[in-house]
Amino acid sequence: MIGDWVGFSVTKKMKASTFAFVVLLVYSSLLRIGADELDQSQQTERISGSAGDVLEDDPVGRLKVFVYELPSKYNKKILQKDARCLNHMFAAEIYMHRFLLSSPVRTLNPEEADWFYTPVYTTCDLTPNGLPLPFKSPRMMRSAIQLISSNWPYWNRTEGADHFFVTPHDFGACFHYQEEKAIERGILSLLQRATLVQTFGQRNHVCLKEGSITIPPYAPPQKMQSHLIPPDTPRSIFVYFRGLFYDVGNDPEGGYYARGARASVWENFKDNPLFDISTEHPTTYYEDMQRAIFCLCPLGWAPWSPRLVEGVIFGCIPVIIADDIVLPFADAIPWEEIGVFVDEKDVPKLDSILTSIPPEVILRKQRLLANPSMKQAMLFPQPARPGDAFHQILNGLARKLPHDSSIYLKPGQKILDWTAGPVVDQKPW
Amino acid sequence: MKLWMMQQNLNNRRNNNFRVNGILDSGVEGVYKSPPALFYFVLHGLFCLFSLVMGFRFARLIIFLFLSTNNNSTSITDYLYNTTTTPILTSPTVITTNVANGLTLDSPPATPTLQNPDTVSNQSTPVSTGSHIIVGRHGIQIRAWPHPDPIEVMKAHRIMERVQAGQRLLYGIKNPKPLIVITPTYVRTFQNLHLTGLMHSLMLAPYNVTWIVVEAGGPTRETAALLAKSGCRTIHIGFDQRMPILWEDRHRMESRMRLRALRVVRDQRLDGIVVFGDDSNIHSKELFDEIQSVKWIGAVSVGILAHSGNPDEQGDENSPLPVQGPACNSSGNLVGWNTFNPLSHGEKIGDNETVLPMKLEWAGFVLNSRLVWKEAEGKPEWVKDLETLENDGGDLESPLSLLKNGSVVEPLGSCGSKVLLWWLRVEAREDGKFPSGWIADSPSEITSGKKVGGTQEHKGKHTDKTG
Repeated sequence: MIGDWVGFSVTKKMKASTFAFVVLLVYSSLLRIGADELDQSQQTERISGSAGDVLEDDPVGRLKVFVYELPSKYNKKILQKDARCLNHMFAAEIYMHRFLLSSPVRTLNPEEADWFYTPVYTTCDLTPNGLPLPFKSPRMMRSAIQLISSNWPYWNRTEGADHFFVTPHDFGACFHYQEEKAIERGILSLLQRATLVQTFGQRNHVCLKEGSITIPPYAPPQKMQSHLIPPDTPRSIFVYFRGLFYDVGNDPEGGYYARGARASVWENFKDNPLFDISTEHPTTYYEDMQRAIFCLCPLGWAPWSPRLVEGVIFGCIPVIIADDIVLPFADAIPWEEIGVFVDEKDVPKLDSILTSIPPEVILRKQRLLANPSMKQAMLFPQPARPGDAFHQILNGLARKLPHDSSIYLKPGQKILDWTAGPVVDQKPW
Repeated sequence: MKLWMMQQNLNNRRNNNFRVNGILDSGVEGVYKSPPALFYFVLHGLFCLFSLVMGFRFARLIIFLFLSTNNNSTSITDYLYNTTTTPILTSPTVITTNVANGLTLDSPPATPTLQNPDTVSNQSTPVSTGSHIIVGRHGIQIRAWPHPDPIEVMKAHRIMERVQAGQRLLYGIKNPKPLIVITPTYVRTFQNLHLTGLMHSLMLAPYNVTWIVVEAGGPTRETAALLAKSGCRTIHIGFDQRMPILWEDRHRMESRMRLRALRVVRDQRLDGIVVFGDDSNIHSKELFDEIQSVKWIGAVSVGILAHSGNPDEQGDENSPLPVQGPACNSSGNLVGWNTFNPLSHGEKIGDNETVLPMKLEWAGFVLNSRLVWKEAEGKPEWVKDLETLENDGGDLESPLSLLKNGSVVEPLGSCGSKVLLWWLRVEAREDGKFPSGWIADSPSEITSGKKVGGTQEHKGKHTDKTG
């Protein structure tokens, strides 16, 4: 029997069996692809009606990040000098560094990296009040870039086009808190080709570069979680706001601070029972936000504000009063459907605008806000969780891949001007 | 026109922040050449000195007055306070030098600390690549009547109601069960007072209420008239005996009246949660929300407001307010009951003596109505049948007698720590007369001091104890 089998025409059998085998292989691979597609469609179906499935993308495996080892004077020593940097709204730069050090996207081999990260804490030089001074930041950044360009060849290869930096300050990489000065300085010349991850975003503004990733300001996740109240507490405050209307120290006449928008809110609605607005600092701030339907997020000296994050976390519909603002992760989060946008010139009509929104729309916005993936995307939790702001930043970076081959400079080609900028900034740090 | 350029140059020189173009430079030399220009220069210097002294921008005012005749624009104050200002650099490149017909707002000479770079009016040709948002001083826009508009306020309140209803739907109790409230009552002075209070509590509860009112001595028109105002479904039953005078007897009769009502629940197969709402008790709104979570039989804590009419007799009875209800151990399981023994003198109703409740009042218990049905699916076997209870004539002190086993009661209201209703027995004197329907026929009845059934009027004189 066996002999018969062996002595059979081998080629013919082989052909048939290989053919069958190939067919089987193709069929099984098709099945697998089919299964994947089915899986995908089920996933999107499950979260359809939520704020886009882009929020739930997993960046692991889609990009590789190499973290430069800078001497600790650029990061750790600064933090040791002032630990308040871990809690203020610019703390994203520090937590991003920590996240990348232990993340699976990190690679120790720079040759295979898609993106390069420079951990320099430029927003950690704090006044006694806790506000960061940006005067030394350009020098610090320049010194860091000089270091990485001389010790590794990757900066010179592209002059920074595949590098990214976290610059969470008021006006991003313009490194100034006053808007006029910031516009005058412009983005630091050395960062002209790099990708900036910043909180500032305003359309057609000097300090927002094409291709930047806008992130939310840091808000302490544990502190906010600890102030949650039961969700069936009825929302009885119509509009809520706590903060300055006039910055008496820097702009006593009014009209500069917030382009007069906050002052306008105060003057028009200070005696309106629907508007719970004042300059107090209550201890029940987070609880009050959970009892409010609308939370005002007007611009201040800069258009962005941590109130947006707080509003999203506490389910209070954000009323954004900042012309041309670019909100965090605008390509992943449909802000138009979640928040209410009011032009600065329409502030005197704010009450009519808010009461003319149909209740179904308001209920829908609240349902969208209740989506946990939205809340996760606004936070920087430690340890990192899937879908949080760290992952959204990585998703944003991954969406910019693959790099265009034109970013690689020919040998000897130089684009950046290392001597541009004020003379003061050229001094070594 | 020249005046403007002059002022531009001078301000430029002073501030050093503005990159001057060639056109303006030539203007500067012109200053020293022509006497009128020199005159304007001197005038401007005077204005500046004046402003320094006065503390406001005098030059600005004069210039606006000068140019408002040319412009025919809005009034000066409007312009001063309500318009936005002119743009400054929106890009770090060369500044446009279109000195157009618009007005420039000079940087205030009185406040040299404000480092405002000077502005060039550019209203005729907006910067195409830059944004339309201008950096600089803006006016604070205030509408004509900056006070609340009542229509908007009402709209906002309606929105808030919708939002809260949506919240209740999302987070509150799903499938709220209807309530069946059983109230024994009889016609007396304070009946109107008590029933109105109870009726309003029931109207406020956001659930369907079926109100079974058992009246001692048969149904009367007064009670029916009161019940008609309630707006919920009422079942008005009469009970054949009159309400006795002594408190102990009264307690017993009330229990029998409640059983009569439970019979109605059984016969009509009413579905819901049975609440024993005595007409003189005070119920909180949270009670009705809390009892929605009962499965079969639950108990809540009742605060006992023991009313002592005579302050002289205050003794140990008036120490901390006693609470009747379930007692739990630390893991939240029912271990016993908080009660106290009532005084056992035969106080008559209407006396100014302390009236205390029974050991465990019916009011502190709630039942699932299916417990009293003849046939119900899932009906537990530890409940006795209603008919055996009546025929036995046993102890009807509290609903616990309905159960074979007292430990199945569910403690509600954070295991009895929340007091959700209060027990109070305040009644008028038995011999008190009151105008029927509380409508005084003639004013003389009130002013003549006729006894209308008050309790505290005659202290120490409570000798009449007529029936």
